[in-house]
Amino acid sequence: MGSPSVTTDQQARPDGRGLRQSMSDLHTWVGLLLGWVLYAMFLTGTVSYFKDELSQWMRPELPALSGVPDQALVAQRVADELVALVPGSPQWSLRLPDARNNSVYAFWRTAGAAPGQRGFGEGNFDPATGRTVSSRATLGGDFFYRFHFQFHYMPVVWGRWIAGIAAMFMLVAIVSGVITHKKIFVDFFTFRWGKGQRSWLDAHNALSVFGLPFHAMITYTGLVTLMALYMPWGQQAGIKTAEDRRQLNAELSAFIQPGKPSGEKAPLASIEDMVRQAQERWGRDGVGRVTATHPGDAAARVAVARGDGGRVSMSPQYLEFEGTTGKLLAVHEGVGPAAETRGVLYALHLGRFSDSVTRWLYFLVSLAGTAMVGTGLVMWTVKRRQKLPDPARPHIGFHVVERLNIASIAGLSVAMAAFLWANRLLPETLADRANWEIHGFFIVWALTLLHGVLRPAKKAWVEQLWLAAALLALLPVLNAATTQRPLWRSLADGDWVFAGMDLMCWALAALHAVLAVRTLRHQPKTRPARKAVNKPAGAAVLREG
Amino acid sequence: MTSVAGRVRAAFDAWGGPLVSRIVAALFGGYALAALASVAVLALPMSKPQAVLTGEMASFVIYAAAVIWVFAVRSALRAWAGLLVVAAPLLLAAWSVW
Repeated sequence: MGSPSVTTDQQARPDGRGLRQSMSDLHTWVGLLLGWVLYAMFLTGTVSYFKDELSQWMRPELPALSGVPDQALVAQRVADELVALVPGSPQWSLRLPDARNNSVYAFWRTAGAAPGQRGFGEGNFDPATGRTVSSRATLGGDFFYRFHFQFHYMPVVWGRWIAGIAAMFMLVAIVSGVITHKKIFVDFFTFRWGKGQRSWLDAHNALSVFGLPFHAMITYTGLVTLMALYMPWGQQAGIKTAEDRRQLNAELSAFIQPGKPSGEKAPLASIEDMVRQAQERWGRDGVGRVTATHPGDAAARVAVARGDGGRVSMSPQYLEFEGTTGKLLAVHEGVGPAAETRGVLYALHLGRFSDSVTRWLYFLVSLAGTAMVGTGLVMWTVKRRQKLPDPARPHIGFHVVERLNIASIAGLSVAMAAFLWANRLLPETLADRANWEIHGFFIVWALTLLHGVLRPAKKAWVEQLWLAAALLALLPVLNAATTQRPLWRSLADGDWVFAGMDLMCWALAALHAVLAVRTLRHQPKTRPARKAVNKPAGAAVLREG
Repeated sequence: MTSVAGRVRAAFDAWGGPLVSRIVAALFGGYALAALASVAVLALPMSKPQAVLTGEMASFVIYAAAVIWVFAVRSALRAWAGLLVVAAPLLLAAWSVW
């Protein structure tokens, strides 16, 4: 691994180097190696705190939410539709609308799927009619959400492993970063504006320290969300019988697993009545999910699970009913201490319990986390540029990092904005439309990499930042031109999802414009400034930076 | 350093052996230790599902701590030795439940 400075350090002090120097090197390399992946995970994860709002914005044909519809009626409607749509499905599950959701998401196992075949289907349903939503085909905010932990164009499990490894690197980067900065809280109050590398360092420190508890929490809890995948060994050693598995599953999830069907046909009892019983327990809008196994069979079971609001835990709470009679079989309201801990950690990561103030806090601190990763990546090049023998011709490692930084930071903003443009511009009749929105995202992202490689680095930064600013600033205009819900109308109607989206686009456009201007004015130090620092004459050199 | 062992050692050091050794210790040794701990937890007096989940949650903290240890100590040899010292009792506990 290679910058010259690291090698020299090691030759001079082979093994007995100071703890802080070791931790500093560890922090630098662990942060850099998967830094680009982490940046993309952080930014797409950040916007996912508003994924339901984003999904609403991306389905402009659906009416704005005006209060939560009666969940019992909606559940019955969509359940009837599913019974007709996927007869013989061994299991389906639907998520009821809530204060942030104007459609019902459902997924189902397909009957008799051969091994290796994709045995699942999914769809969004209109709560008012129970029919498949009549809006443009789009994955909505779920694209960023899924990309955030499993990426795209690769098997889901691979993506999740990459995300897990990146998260583990992040955890080590956080711990080693804290050890490196023993004066971490003092550093927080030191900000040296316009001092080149020092300013980057101070910005990186401020962003990191400001959100440190959050960054540590979000990284660790991210690992916890998929821990059974990353650390399956305890489960393999300790969970051996079907009964063990059932017990473990009951601690984690309200999805009841399909047992054996009886083969005897029998219709489902009233789902509405079952959801009513759950509403009595958790409140009118407190129901989250309805799952049925072997609906239409005499052995059917229905689970009605509590929603995410009102408590900071994702541990399962649900009522289990006999499907054909509607008889309440069991009330699952508590899990063991470890499972409850896991439920709380999981909920802290997803933040679905949040009211809108908490949600905005989540968004802002998470954005600070994104900027922490971004400034860290940029700092790597800023630090090393000064030490380059010939800054006009950097070595290949420097070149690669510099260009990847451009595409993964500025380019990602461009690509994410382009995804939203594609949502408004692609014709509704286009075959495979939802996927083309996603292809559009990746095509644009690839183009930013190409642009970043072909143009001089600084020009590439500035041009891509301006492009992102322009795409974001014009998005409300595009929205006004292509939908019935322009800003003046959404403001007048109190349609805060659409108005908020338009205003947020302008805020983010302004942020990118500021970054573009600052980058344009930035004069990188090209002379080795280190020697000059302690001399009075060095002050002049520093002021240039 | 004229002995064969000495020359091997010198070559190992010159080609970045200690650093590679530490990276391997951190990546794989750290994971192995975390995995071992997540199994060893099963020996504690609690129900199987709770023990499994406790082990999974604790494993990432142990992994991170192991990586920090590996790069904090004075030599690659110490790094490995430390991992093994912790692994030994965990291995006994894991052995009893596997």
